[in-house]
Order: sequence, then C-alpha cells, then structure tokens
Amino acid sequence: MKRRSLFLNFSAGFGFLFLYAPIIALIVYSFNKSKLVTVWGGWSLKWYGELFRNEQIIDAALLSLKIAFISATAAVVLGTMAGFVLSRFGPFRGKMILSGWITAPLVMPEVITGLSLLLLFVAMEGLFGWPSGRGTGTIIIAHVTFCMAYVAVIVQSRLASMDETLEEAAMDLGAKPSSLFFLVTLPLIAPAIISGWLLSFTLSLDDLVIASFVSGPGNSTLPMVIFSKVRLGVTPEVNALATIMIAIVALGVIAAMFQMRRQARLLAKPE
Amino acid sequence: MSTSTGSAWINGPSSRMTKYNFLSRINWGRLAVVAVPALWLAIFFFIPFLVVFKISLSETAIAIPPYTSIVEWDLEEAYLALKLNLGNYLFLIEDAFYLDAYLSSIKIAAISTFFTLLVAFPIAYMIARSEGGKRALLLALVILPFWTSFLLRVYAWMGFLKKNGIVNEFLLSIGLIDQPLVMLQTDFAVYLGIVYTYLPFMVLPLYSALEKMDMTLLEAAEDLGARPVTSFFLVTLPMAIPGVIAGCLLVFIPAVGEFVIPALLGGSDTLMIGRVLWDEFFLNRDWPMASAVAIVMLVVLVLPIMLIRNGQGKEEA
Repeated sequence: MKRRSLFLNFSAGFGFLFLYAPIIALIVYSFNKSKLVTVWGGWSLKWYGELFRNEQIIDAALLSLKIAFISATAAVVLGTMAGFVLSRFGPFRGKMILSGWITAPLVMPEVITGLSLLLLFVAMEGLFGWPSGRGTGTIIIAHVTFCMAYVAVIVQSRLASMDETLEEAAMDLGAKPSSLFFLVTLPLIAPAIISGWLLSFTLSLDDLVIASFVSGPGNSTLPMVIFSKVRLGVTPEVNALATIMIAIVALGVIAAMFQMRRQARLLAKPE
Repeated sequence: MSTSTGSAWINGPSSRMTKYNFLSRINWGRLAVVAVPALWLAIFFFIPFLVVFKISLSETAIAIPPYTSIVEWDLEEAYLALKLNLGNYLFLIEDAFYLDAYLSSIKIAAISTFFTLLVAFPIAYMIARSEGGKRALLLALVILPFWTSFLLRVYAWMGFLKKNGIVNEFLLSIGLIDQPLVMLQTDFAVYLGIVYTYLPFMVLPLYSALEKMDMTLLEAAEDLGARPVTSFFLVTLPMAIPGVIAGCLLVFIPAVGEFVIPALLGGSDTLMIGRVLWDEFFLNRDWPMASAVAIVMLVVLVLPIMLIRNGQGKEEA
C-alpha cells in the first residue's frame, strides 16, 4: 500500500512538474537582460518596456479584449437559453437532436469551423450584401458560436444538479414563467453563468485558428500577432506579454478560490 | 352511408377544435427560448457545412470569390444546369499526399491521446484521493494553465526544446550528452505539445469518474487478497472507463485537426491534415480543394466519433 502511494505521488508530481516547468521558464526568461532567449544576461525589465512601446501588440490586445467581451456576453445569453431548454423543458420532440446540435461545436476541429464560417460569410455577402467584408463583426459571430456551446454545457449541468423545488414553489405562488426565471432561476445559476462568461472570454482571447479565417485585413487579434512574431523568430517581449497574462489569470483564479471559500463558509453557518 | 356522413359531421368540428387547441397550446415564449439558440446554430454552424460541401464541388477560378458557380441558369431560355465537379475528391484519392496526411493525423492524435491518458491518470487519481482543501488546490493547479494562452504555452515549449534551449543546455552541462539533441521540429515535439496542451481535458473527466468511485470496493478487493496492481486493473480501471472514453474523445478529435502545434513545434515533414487544409486555403488559395479536405475529414473522422458519443449519451440518459 505504501509503495503504491509513493509511486502515485511520484508520477502525479511528475505530471505537475510537466505542467508548470515551461511556464516558470517563460516567466524567468521574461526578466532576462540578454536578447538571446537562452543566454542569461542578468535581471532586467527591458522587455516589459519594449512590450509597452510596441503599438502593434497594444492595438491587437485592445481589439482582442473588445471582441472577447462582446462575444462572451452574447454567448452567455444564447448559451444560458440553450442550457435552460435542455434541462428544464422536460422531454420534447427533437430534444436529442437539439442537445447534439448544441454540443457539436465543442468537438469540431477548429480548421473546419473556421473554414466553413468564412465560406458562409463569403456566400452571404454574395447573396445579401451582408456582411460586407470581414472584420470585428465576423470574428464576434464566430466566437459566439463556439463559446455558447461551453456556456450551455456549464449551465445545463448546474441546473441538473439543482433542486427544482424552489422553482416549483414559485410557480405554485403564481409566478409567471418570465419572472420565475429572472427572480428565482437566474440568481441560482449565477455562478455557472459567471464561469461560463469567464471561460468564453478566455477562449475568445485565445483563439487563433478561427479568427485567422474570419478576420479581414487590418483586424489582427492578439493571437494572430503573437503567432506571426513567434514564427519569425526570437521575440523576448512575447515572454513579457505571456508573464503579464499568466499573472492576471493566476490572480483571477486565486480571487475566485477565496470568494468560493467565503461563500461556502457563509452557506455553512446557518447549519 | 348516413352513419358515415354523420360521423364526419361530428368529427369535423372536433378535429378543428383540437387544431385550434393545439395552436393556442403552443407557448410562444417557450418556443422563442428554444428557437433563438437553435436558429443561431443552424445559421452559423450547420448551414456553413452545406456551403462548404457546395464549394467542394466547384472549380477553382481566378475571381472573387475564387471558385466557379455550380449552377448555370438562364431565365429567358428557361435553362438550368447543375455542374458538379468531382475532381477535387478524385484528386484527394489519387494523390497519396492527402491519404498520408489523414493517416498521419490519426496516428499522431492516437499516440498523443494515449500518452495524455498515461500522464493524466495519476494526477486525476491523486486529486480524487485527496481531502477537501488540498483537492480544491490541486484541481485549481490543473485548471490554471488551461486558462492561460494556448499559443503561449506551445511557444514556451519552443524555448525548452530548441537546439540551444533549456533542456539541451542542461543535459550538456551535466555531461549526459555531448551533442545537442534535435527535438524541435520533430514528431516528438508535436506529441509532447499535444499531451501538454490537452492534459486538463483528460484530467477533468477522469477526475469526475474517479471521484464517484466507492473506496470500500478497493478495501474489499484487498481483503479478498488482491494485490494493488490486480485491484487497479480489475476495480479502479473499469470504474474509470466512462472518464477515460470522455477524456480520450476530448483530446483525440481536436488533436486530429490540430494546426498550431504542428506549425510551431513540428518539422516540415510533420504531416497533419489541419495544416494541409490551412496551406491549401491560405497558401495555394484553392478554396474548393480546402473544402473537399474539410468535408472528407468531417465525414470520415469526426462524424462517426460524434455519433458514437451521442449514442453513449443516450444510453446514460
């Protein structure tokens, strides 16, 4: 028994080392003075300065944030509707098909999603004159489409694990479906909606392949700029950018953990 | 005869009644809640595949958009012709390059999925066995990299694997090798990249399957004299199967179509279909060919797996 747990600890420890070693190296080398990524030239904040002077990166980052914000918000609305339908509408004709539909974007290879959306936009432009050209709008539509699937799955599983008696009680007291949803159900699934929004936000911020297909000239998102920089060669300011992004995410996750622990304590008190 | 007309007279209004009731029973609010997401997906997810299919049957042209129309019609002469070009598909079969790309994608995705499972299992098992606070922390540690940029995580490996990268410098300094190993731009780097970036997708379903497992079963197995290895293969592994299947599908399908990892970590000889499609589209500007590659990938690789997955969902429900 003891030997097995030693083996388990060793292999799990290896797994965690595997997960974090490249990230830690990236962070350390972002403070490297030398232009050569592998030669250590002493500590320096030089690349952070370079990063903030690089207008191309700043513009792309702002565009990506804007797209991610709008996409995540729209995806949350549509995904919540879809998740709600799947878990609260009881059995209805075509439910199996609908649930297959909603989860299909999750497993579709990105190159296919990107290509098919672009060809749709081109065909639509030929038929209706809309969307004229590609840019921010088409990227948002594409991101909403694949993000809403994630939101739907999260909301659906939250609703499935939730007791229906509160909703039934509200109905017995004469609540109309719409007020029932906004006054009872929505506050109860708020954590799922928040995590769905955050997930959509990061997925949108992270997407390279689909955005490359559906964006037009002059609409380069941050991943597109990073990708071309990385392909061209050594770019130490990308290390600095990665470090900033990792720091923001880590702070967010830590804050969320504290918030969750506080909530759990609050909920535990009455009992 | 009189009875039949009588019943028709009686049935007539009542059937109209039910129709009327049926209409009034449609809950329009409810319908809207179903219809909005369904319509969105129909327009922006399903119709696109029909468009791709249509374009895969057209010919490349130097025009905007760069393909020919498959329908020719003339209203005055009442002439309508459908011109379907199967050449793209024939070319896919004839040219061994594409077949090799499909096969090599499947091979790379399958091998990487297997190694992802190997790395993920101990992690998931350990998390499922730890206590409350520690469990939450370990889970957060697995999810944290998933929230950071995929592209930057792949880029981090470039710094590790290149000729004068961290791994080679380390191995040279301790004298284990006297020539730097070639790791970047090999299939090995692609496997590593896929295992690394998709690890959370494997750990999470495995964890949720293992978490549900009843520990007393392991004790019972031990009491009955099973050695740890035996009880692992006879008790733990069968219980984890749903998680294993879910995790493998979540890793395998996107890995087959992967573009970023082979483009950054793979060599010029690393053949993956996602990259072929990308090059066909962006470099060769051959939209009909890229569409045909996508359709075949969809029909041969993705659709069967999605149907199996859906079938399993039905069984569970």
